Amino acid sequence: MLSAILLYNQKGEVLISRIYRDGLRRSISDLFRIQVISNTDVRSPVLTLGTTTFCHVKHENIYIVAVSRQNADVALIFEFLYKIVALGRAYFGKLDEEAIKNNFTLIYELLDEVMDFGYAQNTETDTLKMYIMTEGVRSEIRAEESRKITMQATGAMSWRRDNIKYRRNEVFVDVFEDVNLLMSATGTVLRADVAGQIILRAFLSGMPECKFGLNDRLLIDRPDDGNSKSKRAAKAAAGSVTLEDCQFHQCVRLGRFDADRTISFIPPDGEFELMKYRATENINLPFTVHVLVNEIGRTKVEYQVAVKATFGAKLFATNVVLKIPTPLNTASVTTHVTQGKAKYEPSENAISWKISRFTGGSEYVFSGEAELLSSMTKHKTWSRPPVAMQFSLMMFTSSGLLVRYLKVFEKSNYSSVKWVRYVVRAGSYEIRF
Amino acid sequence: MQASIEKRIRSVFQIPRKGETYELRSGLVSQYAYERKDAIQRTIAAMTLGKDVSALFPDVLKNIATPDIEQKKLVYLYLMNYAKSHPDLCILAVNTFVQDSEDSNPLVRALAIRTMGCIRVDKIVDYMEEPLRKTLKDDSPYVRKTAAICVAKLFDLNPNLVIENGFLATLQEMIGDANPMVIANAVSALTEIQEAAPETNAFAVNADILKKLLLALNECTEWGRITILTSIADYRTADTREAEHICERVVPQFQHVNPSVVLAAVKTILCHIHLLDPELQKQYLDKMSPPLVTLAVSAPEVQYVALRNINIILQKYPDILSNQLRIFFCKYNDPLYLKVEKLDIMIRLANSRNVDTLLSELKEYALEVDMDFVKRAVRAIGQCAIKIESSAQRCVNVLLDLINTKVNYVVQESVIVMRDVLRRYPGYGGVIPTLCQGIDELDEPEARGAMIWIVGEYADKIDNADEILSTFIEGFLDETTQVQLQLLTATVKLFLLKPQNAQPLVQKVLQTITNECDNADLRDRAYIYWRLLSTNSQTTKDIIMSKKPPVKDVIQHLPPPVLEELLRELSTLASVYHKPAETFIGQGRFGADALQRKALEEQAQLAQEEPIQVSAKAGNLENLLDIDFDVEPVAPPTAGVANINLGFNKNSARTSPPIDLNQPQQFRSHVEDLLGMFD
Repeated sequence: MLSAILLYNQKGEVLISRIYRDGLRRSISDLFRIQVISNTDVRSPVLTLGTTTFCHVKHENIYIVAVSRQNADVALIFEFLYKIVALGRAYFGKLDEEAIKNNFTLIYELLDEVMDFGYAQNTETDTLKMYIMTEGVRSEIRAEESRKITMQATGAMSWRRDNIKYRRNEVFVDVFEDVNLLMSATGTVLRADVAGQIILRAFLSGMPECKFGLNDRLLIDRPDDGNSKSKRAAKAAAGSVTLEDCQFHQCVRLGRFDADRTISFIPPDGEFELMKYRATENINLPFTVHVLVNEIGRTKVEYQVAVKATFGAKLFATNVVLKIPTPLNTASVTTHVTQGKAKYEPSENAISWKISRFTGGSEYVFSGEAELLSSMTKHKTWSRPPVAMQFSLMMFTSSGLLVRYLKVFEKSNYSSVKWVRYVVRAGSYEIRF
Repeated sequence: MQASIEKRIRSVFQIPRKGETYELRSGLVSQYAYERKDAIQRTIAAMTLGKDVSALFPDVLKNIATPDIEQKKLVYLYLMNYAKSHPDLCILAVNTFVQDSEDSNPLVRALAIRTMGCIRVDKIVDYMEEPLRKTLKDDSPYVRKTAAICVAKLFDLNPNLVIENGFLATLQEMIGDANPMVIANAVSALTEIQEAAPETNAFAVNADILKKLLLALNECTEWGRITILTSIADYRTADTREAEHICERVVPQFQHVNPSVVLAAVKTILCHIHLLDPELQKQYLDKMSPPLVTLAVSAPEVQYVALRNINIILQKYPDILSNQLRIFFCKYNDPLYLKVEKLDIMIRLANSRNVDTLLSELKEYALEVDMDFVKRAVRAIGQCAIKIESSAQRCVNVLLDLINTKVNYVVQESVIVMRDVLRRYPGYGGVIPTLCQGIDELDEPEARGAMIWIVGEYADKIDNADEILSTFIEGFLDETTQVQLQLLTATVKLFLLKPQNAQPLVQKVLQTITNECDNADLRDRAYIYWRLLSTNSQTTKDIIMSKKPPVKDVIQHLPPPVLEELLRELSTLASVYHKPAETFIGQGRFGADALQRKALEEQAQLAQEEPIQVSAKAGNLENLLDIDFDVEPVAPPTAGVANINLGFNKNSARTSPPIDLNQPQQFRSHVEDLLGMFD
């Protein structure tokens, strides 16, 4: 039960203030500004002052704050705040100070709709967009139409409307994987896991019933699966992957998944995140990195960084960037690379080494030196932050996950075309040295 | 001069012909619709900035009857904000509300009833009855779900009206509605009414309602699911079959995309799991582990909530994440509040198998730059040593490495940690020379106190113990009380172990304290020592140098009753603060007064029940002599409330005072309970 939602800019000016419940003083917005925005030492997103609790998230250059005076569900509050951000982005492209100032009446309208008396209501972007519209596309909604809209907004299937028609029935499946790595200075993998998401863009007519299949080991190795021959064949074809955990869009029937791990659903129209998953076993790391750093006296640091692509030569990674940290008192940097470009970025205290196209199987080397200012003040040890890496790589999955099928059943029995794409990106890919 | 002041005074009383308010007013009464709408928008903008535009109330109100829904919403927004300051004028809006609540467009009907409930003026309340009655029975579920919440709004204003008109009964019937969202809102409204006025018996889940809720669960919006899950969690059943059924139906929610739904499902299952047979319990706990890990890698703020909750769950079910240590490794860019929580969880997960991995990770953290984090990492190494005996030697080696880095705060923290390690394993006296090297660098009271304690305890093994202590004693009066107390005890110990060199030192300390200090504790203790020393020296030695039971555990645990309460409150604010809700919510029955009364009652009861144990406590004199005085003072409840945000700085890594080790378990838990409520 929230009492209010407040939006502030960086300076602490209130952009939006929507109060849902009594019992808040007018000065409540000043309280947060003084205690959080002007205070550099706040170290928790939850803060209780007296008996009033503030929960905040920061997005772009604004603070989004929920105020409560009860023992509220904090996880719900934060998820709700993230939802406001997502709504803002869906409506205005991005949610920053400018967007808020230009659309503040619309934002009030949204806040009125997504929360009532401090209780979260329907926050589905698709349904909200049907009756809360931006200036440009606003049109008169007839009573009859709004009857349908409200039925859908509260219905058991709030994510899809009736009578959708496409000439071509297509589904695009995008598998995105963020691979996280933490490697110690000695080269042992401390932590490697994959956070994946499967995004569907469904352009399907009518009320299609979909079944989605992955090479999920638990599904393939089901002991009670009667047909063992086909099982083995499928396993040989695809290999199998162990998903540690997965979460689904609300359209997926969770009960079915819990019972026999089938993913069945009626999709929303257009783009949505069908599922998220996590994998921790048998992670294929697309790159191995070796870092050698020598601090020579107090005036010089020597670097040797070697990166090797472990994937096949037919593939290539793009947007490969390595951030190699330098001490705070770096004066100048000399670099030498076998591929790409390296540049010292004083504002980030790092050398960024960019390789726009990284072919599979190849290995590139960076060597460099950082000259340090002889520090006039007391010598402070350098904390040696890890080397961080970014990349994106198509048609490769670090978890080994593959889409086996996507079946679409609809009354009119139309045929549909499916496209699948795999992308691996670096999540937090860190190498200590 | 005179003239200008006069002019200024006059201008205050005149209605300005120019300026923003004037412009807005003329816009609001313009003959063109678009100008009026624009003026309303600008009025709302001014309102948001905190300007007082209540003077425009009548003019804004004139625009309420309009077919333009957007404009209507804006006027309503203004009304909700300023109704209180113009209660009489609100009556003018009533007609429009009543009309709108019968509009053919469900969006308009819902808007009318939603806004009416937010205009918290007594006069409006009388007119709400009829529209509310109609909308509660509306065809459109969208209107019904809005009306359901409106009952809660009305109850807040005028409970009698709700009961007399049968709205409460209607609301209760709505739990059986065909639409899941109506059900969810009805449950929210009923729960609120039940909490505000338990005597109404507004809402209590029974077997019948439970069935309806479980049915609605799978069709609700994410927020509705949380509402329903929470009320199922609050349901108390004694029937094993029913508990099994609940767990079975709730467990699919672990796969929901919204972390707060997952956490609500975890809570619901933990509330009912104790009824299941052990085999099944284990199954559910195993199923819980992957979603908990997923929560622990979600977005930072929600991750923080999840980590605090995992911390609670681990105290009850220590094995639930036993193989997941690596998930909690800190990322370099994690915010401090996450790193600190992760450290705490890692220590709870530490066992003899993963301790090596953990230690090298902790050492890595201890070399980072953020002082707070580094200190906690060092503490964690000590906690590790004390928790896992087989790792002690390795932990001590790491600590010695850290001391050799000569980074001031690392050294200080290492000394504090070393003290606790020595209290657990007195045999590690060999490290003392290394500790003594950094003695001049110690400037924090706790570190100085720790060093002095070590010197006193091992006075016979340190050749120059008397020199070390005498340097401290030179500045005796500048030290904090805690250090002074340590210094006093250490000097007495030194005297008992090496009487030949220490006599002048002891005399000096005792004299300084009794003549120049006004702290009661300090003086009393000095007198006690003095008298002890002037009697039989062997008895004195037996008392002061007696063998103390080793410290067993320096990881903070919640007292069992609080732990049980928090497990039922997972995901709420209470679970984030690790404190019962009544400590930071000042309303109604849970006010600060009630809290104090509760504490006093408990104390009185304690005295009645356990007079023997209280006197037994008096028997343990030798332990009392060595009390660490770093127990937090019991603050009055109000101060505790204001300090909650500091809680996480104080809570975790604090060493528990040795006072309670020898006392009966039960007594200890009560004391901690009392302390826990205030700190």
